[in-house]
Amino acid sequence: MRELLQIIFDALSLGSLYALGALGIALIFGVMRLVNFAHGDFIAFCVFAMLWPSIDAAAVVFAGRLPFYLLIPLLLLIGAALSILSEVVVFRRFRNANPATMMIASFALGFVIRHLLLMLFSSRPKSITLWPSLGLPVEFLGAHIPMLQVVTIIITLAVLVILVLFLKRTRYGLEMRAAADNFTMARMLGVRANGVILLAFAISGMLAAAIGLILATNSGTADIGMGANVMLIAFIATVIGGLGSIPGAVAAGFLIGAASVVFQATLPHDARVFRDAFVYGAVIVVLLVRPQGLFAPKSAKQRV
Amino acid sequence: MSQRPSVIRQTIITPIVLIVALLIMAALTYQFGSRAFNRTVVEMFINIMVVVGLYVFVGNSGLLSFGHISFMCLGAYTTAWLTIPPVMKSITLKGLPTWLLHAQLPMWVATPISGLFAALFALIVGRVIMRLSGIAASIATFGLLGVINNVYSNWDSVTGGQGSIVGIPPTMNVWTGWIGGGVAIAIAYLYSISRSGLALRATRDEAVAASASGIDIVRERLIAFVVSAFIIGLAGALYAHFLSIVNPGAFYLRTTFITLSMLVVGGMYSLSGAVSGVVAISVLIELFRNLEKGISLGGHIIGLPNGAQEIAIGIITIVILMYLPTGLTRNREFSWRRWPLQRRIPRPVQTALKELH
Repeated sequence: MRELLQIIFDALSLGSLYALGALGIALIFGVMRLVNFAHGDFIAFCVFAMLWPSIDAAAVVFAGRLPFYLLIPLLLLIGAALSILSEVVVFRRFRNANPATMMIASFALGFVIRHLLLMLFSSRPKSITLWPSLGLPVEFLGAHIPMLQVVTIIITLAVLVILVLFLKRTRYGLEMRAAADNFTMARMLGVRANGVILLAFAISGMLAAAIGLILATNSGTADIGMGANVMLIAFIATVIGGLGSIPGAVAAGFLIGAASVVFQATLPHDARVFRDAFVYGAVIVVLLVRPQGLFAPKSAKQRV
Repeated sequence: MSQRPSVIRQTIITPIVLIVALLIMAALTYQFGSRAFNRTVVEMFINIMVVVGLYVFVGNSGLLSFGHISFMCLGAYTTAWLTIPPVMKSITLKGLPTWLLHAQLPMWVATPISGLFAALFALIVGRVIMRLSGIAASIATFGLLGVINNVYSNWDSVTGGQGSIVGIPPTMNVWTGWIGGGVAIAIAYLYSISRSGLALRATRDEAVAASASGIDIVRERLIAFVVSAFIIGLAGALYAHFLSIVNPGAFYLRTTFITLSMLVVGGMYSLSGAVSGVVAISVLIELFRNLEKGISLGGHIIGLPNGAQEIAIGIITIVILMYLPTGLTRNREFSWRRWPLQRRIPRPVQTALKELH
């Protein structure tokens, strides 16, 4: 029972991380059919924004020293600003490009951000301590669960609730959903393309900052490549969830997180190092059964 | 006799121009280039093989693949198993079957075997993956990359795990590199004028009409997948000989994206685009590498800071794509008539693009 509870919490917290990432990618994909490969580097950028540029191993904490009620909004702002900047400077010019071209452009942008960070901070991972009290376990029905896992799950749920309210109850949310469903039609009915796209990028950037904060608190290090893994899984989750479907992306994020944890717990010991191979294999199987994704919106069906 | 102009007569000039251009590069490098420059050019030839291999699948089918670098991994490791002296293998790779442990083949035998192994693997997984289309197929190839990388990074007794395997004979020079590049271009050209290549391009441009005309999309895609895996498997084998070490990290995301960028920058629907994309990016990399080392101006050495190379290349890639979204060659092929770059390969129409969405 205790072990089962531990597995459930592991699955939920890992899934939360993937779900937040998938959300950030799905929002942008919805409005402009761009798979943003720079998302992982946005995450890393937000983490490094807490540090002062230096190539020493010991991190010189800069913004990270602020109290949390200032630090969190600041980082969200940085994430949103970076994301908006990338849209204004780069992606705006790719609106009508082939998706493959857009994908490569986003990858190139991520490449630039990553090497900018490398230049400023060197490739050595830096230790960074944020809120050490979150690492302490709390007792829950007899299981010891790290406080951070609970916080991660709560934050994710809160973000999801806020986003759902935003998408369902506000005018901008409605516009964004309309744009995700059929962008051309939405524009013809008076949705401002630039506004919706900028908003999607801003939210996506804030989500990247949130993931960065959770990752940095969890691992205690800032590493250039830290966002890449989340980005990959998030990307896969958006496809499995059905491209263009925002709830699908979230659900698939949780599903992949759960699958990873379950494989980790149930595979025989020798096969555990091959966990990721099983996860990717499962992804291929899911795609073969449901090529449109698990929760494909009606508009994603190919019409002949 | 029919008056229909033959496909070969119309298009043969493209591979010839490309191969001759590469030959000139190889000869100049051999004659004048330093040791380091020779290595750069060999690496470029290997990248040409990889990107031409990618073109065979991506260019003809219109599907983006993230998984082809796994074939490079398969080819490189097969070559490592076949060519490392048995004495060294028995220490580092204990898990190999006995017959493989005692085998040591020369490079010119081991390389085609490595390509065939990659192609065979592609045939098996392709039968499953090629049933998908659009972005689902891209993600499935991505899953393939993840599986192969995970297995090769962790199967310690057979692949040496995360570490590198050393001891592959370093037999590469610009001539072997050129032969590799030439073979890749020739195979890609022959495929693209073959019945299957023409059929596959028809499915790329107009999927519904093509299948209504009796083209089996899955079968043609599978053929292209296997042919491209063979070329990339060869490239992986030569890469192993080039570095004389292999490790799984070399065949993962970074290589995947750099080779894809080269293809897209050149123009993903043309063979000339595949080759010129590699040449353009390689020239840029070499240029900025030298700028980083510094140039002397009036006694002072002025150099870019370390890391400026990658940043500049990223920015230039973005700028090229911004102004030439269909790549440097705009998806056209080099041809003799109306030189340069006049003959247009018809652009894919909207229906084919829809599939990528």
